[in-house]
Amino acid sequence: MVNYIPRRFTVVRDRELCIDCGCCVRQCSNECHYFSDDGKTALVKSDNCVACHRCVDLCPTGALRIEKYICDYRDNANWTPQYQQEICRQAETGGVLLSGMGTPKPYPIYWDKILLNASQVTNPSIDPLREPMEIRTILGRKPEKITVEKKGKSTVEMPPQVIIETPIMFSAMSFGSISLNAQKSLAMAAKSLGTLFNTGEGGLHPDLADYTDCAIVQVASGRFGVHKDYLNNSRFVEIKIGQGAKPGIGGHLPGEKVNVEVSNARMIPEGSDAISPAPHHDIYSIEDLRQLIWSIKQATDNKKPVSVKIAAVHNVAAIASGCARAGADIIAIDGFRGGTGAAPTRIRDNVGIPIELALAAADQRLRDEGIRSRISLVAAGSFRCSADIVKAIALGADACYCASAPLIAMGCHMCQTCNTGKCNWGIATQRPELTKRLNPDIMHERVENLINAWNHEIKEIMGGMGINSIDSLRGNRLMLRGLGLSEKELEILGIKHAGE
Amino acid sequence: MLKEGQIRIPSGCAIAAIIDRKGGLINGSEIIKSISLMHDRSNGLGGGFAAYGIYPEHKDEYAFHIFFENKEAHQKCEEFLFKHFNIDVAERIPTKKVASISNGPDIWRYFGRVNRVRMKNSRLDEGEYVVQCVTKINAAYDGAYIFSSGKNMGCFKAVGYPEDVGEFYMLDQYNAYLWTAHGRFPTNTPGWWGGAHPFNILDWSIVHNGEISSYDANRRYIEQFGYKCTMQTDTEVITYLFDHLIRHHGLPANVAADVLTAPEWDEIDRMDKEKKEYFTNLRAIYSGALVNGPFSVILGSNKGLLAINDRLKLRSLTAATKGDRAYFASEESAIRIICPDPEKVWSVSGADPVFVPLETPEKEDD
Repeated sequence: MVNYIPRRFTVVRDRELCIDCGCCVRQCSNECHYFSDDGKTALVKSDNCVACHRCVDLCPTGALRIEKYICDYRDNANWTPQYQQEICRQAETGGVLLSGMGTPKPYPIYWDKILLNASQVTNPSIDPLREPMEIRTILGRKPEKITVEKKGKSTVEMPPQVIIETPIMFSAMSFGSISLNAQKSLAMAAKSLGTLFNTGEGGLHPDLADYTDCAIVQVASGRFGVHKDYLNNSRFVEIKIGQGAKPGIGGHLPGEKVNVEVSNARMIPEGSDAISPAPHHDIYSIEDLRQLIWSIKQATDNKKPVSVKIAAVHNVAAIASGCARAGADIIAIDGFRGGTGAAPTRIRDNVGIPIELALAAADQRLRDEGIRSRISLVAAGSFRCSADIVKAIALGADACYCASAPLIAMGCHMCQTCNTGKCNWGIATQRPELTKRLNPDIMHERVENLINAWNHEIKEIMGGMGINSIDSLRGNRLMLRGLGLSEKELEILGIKHAGE
Repeated sequence: MLKEGQIRIPSGCAIAAIIDRKGGLINGSEIIKSISLMHDRSNGLGGGFAAYGIYPEHKDEYAFHIFFENKEAHQKCEEFLFKHFNIDVAERIPTKKVASISNGPDIWRYFGRVNRVRMKNSRLDEGEYVVQCVTKINAAYDGAYIFSSGKNMGCFKAVGYPEDVGEFYMLDQYNAYLWTAHGRFPTNTPGWWGGAHPFNILDWSIVHNGEISSYDANRRYIEQFGYKCTMQTDTEVITYLFDHLIRHHGLPANVAADVLTAPEWDEIDRMDKEKKEYFTNLRAIYSGALVNGPFSVILGSNKGLLAINDRLKLRSLTAATKGDRAYFASEESAIRIICPDPEKVWSVSGADPVFVPLETPEKEDD
């Protein structure tokens, strides 16, 4: 069949190295590798290759290589090959284009235009190997002030607080969008790191019963898996209003992914489509959000903080303030570069604003209203390294949600085809022959290593600044300088330009 | 060049303080002798003193010490003051010619009470009313700067070495039960009189040595509550933190000190349940008020004196006692030169703020 679209990649097999062991044939769910009719020679058909590197990484002789398939179009800065190919796909199917992971478009990444400070002479830097360096973070609503009987005895009644030992948490990825093994790896890592993972809108699988003390359970528009025990088996409850990769859009888990396990966790019939509506149909305004927050607090006996997760959209600052006033204890803001299991491509690539600007605006707005210190602010939407996290905290975040980075630690190669359900790394799939490739007993360690490495780096950077508690980094925008940013961008970020 | 308020200027310094806890009076020459021993810790770009108990004849009135850079500022500021306060005395602060101090502003002081009608109409309590008036002048009246606004106390400061500043203001003519002193080593300033220490608001005065790395976290925390950090100095933000915690939140001074220099988590984790809860709550609620980086701070007030040091003990601060008196200084030698045989000498630790209450505190007006 002619489909008018050249393939993306070519799988190159070095015949001198290949021993025809068939590893690649077994590994590729996209069927790029196959045996000749006599079953003796491994052959390649590159059409479906997504460059996930599963075959490359597992080939015992290093015989495989993935190349970009170069097929030139006539140069056209407007009608780029990508737009032409997308038109062809839609001409073929008549459907909305779908994509996985965060937007690959070259929008400005402000993290890369912000530089950090360090101490020299007038203020000593601190060696984290010698001195305590604190990154413990406390999330939850704070009273206006402490009351004491005397020094050393507090009489204030504290709302529920959640203490985490790193400012990094794992963002929401549901069982359904990722495999149970992937979710379990995150849960195990969260437990050992003293942080939290997030169930997404997929319910809590019984296999994760040991990890409820490090679980954030999500209540989203489909209400999948939500019942009283689910809410109470958590450290905090998160109402998901929006997601950075697809603001204003609901979710759709196709029926073929709803196997018996997913069906049980989500409390829906096996094989039925799991559709999360675009809005919560009981939240048509801010006062409705307030009622849902209070319902959840009632159901949890006021023992769990309630978070509200919103996508970074144009008036995010005002929305964040509204959420705080509606009773949210934690506000999570998800920037538009954030990842997703599946989103309409046009939405993912065009709707929302970057987390850097959204976070800076929301933090400042909450301060202008004098309520920033009463609630917690969590930033999400693509943190690629520890320096991104440090910059986010200095802009004003209490903690950061990371998802793509731990997935990469587990094998993800950003092939951006999560939506196909054929993930060769056993992450974004429910096929048993693929999910069994991901062993939680090994993978949790890789995730822990990653976060421990980032923790070390965060401490090192803080020490350089002469700061030994993350409390003193939070909102400390004097530690940031912009490079090559306009006056307006600097104004919104609330930072000075390098050299000032 | 930009001065304080237009750019953030960190500085290193020397500090010293003396208190007589029974309220006995100490002559200004003693504190000058102490601070002058640490001459090399400052660079001539700022020195100053705070003295408590020096205006007994006006003890129920606010004493405003004001720098005027020109006639117009003087006139406009006076207009404002006469409208918002009932001023009894307006006079130049007596000074003496000192070779090393020049190009100074016109320095005045005013004694007066609040205009109660205006205060009632503003619906503010007295402290808040005075703070807002002072903030208004300092932020909006170019060329006028109120550098002291307490009762029965006063700050004296200038660009110069502290011992010269003391001579300039003739501080040997004043007797106080509490003195603090400061010699400044700013790393980036043309030297502005208003930028010298102590920093004062109402009865609080602060002298500070160090550079806090948490400055912007603290500034953005405190500005939530109506403060405006116009000076962009560490001392200003620390003063506001104390003012907020003590005056608005009603915390005892030693609890406020715990907020600023909270112990580390690994220490808190080893504490008994009650203390653990106390510090965990403090750190959770006041994470934005934790002060980080090297600093030693002496906070003077009509209730006594509080000395705090940073959590890692990166800056020096020594304390000593003898009889009714307690002494503090960046260097032990600066204590021993005025008190050669103290009963007790120790280095103030980060985890253990020292509070010396005045045993006969002055009664506060309503």
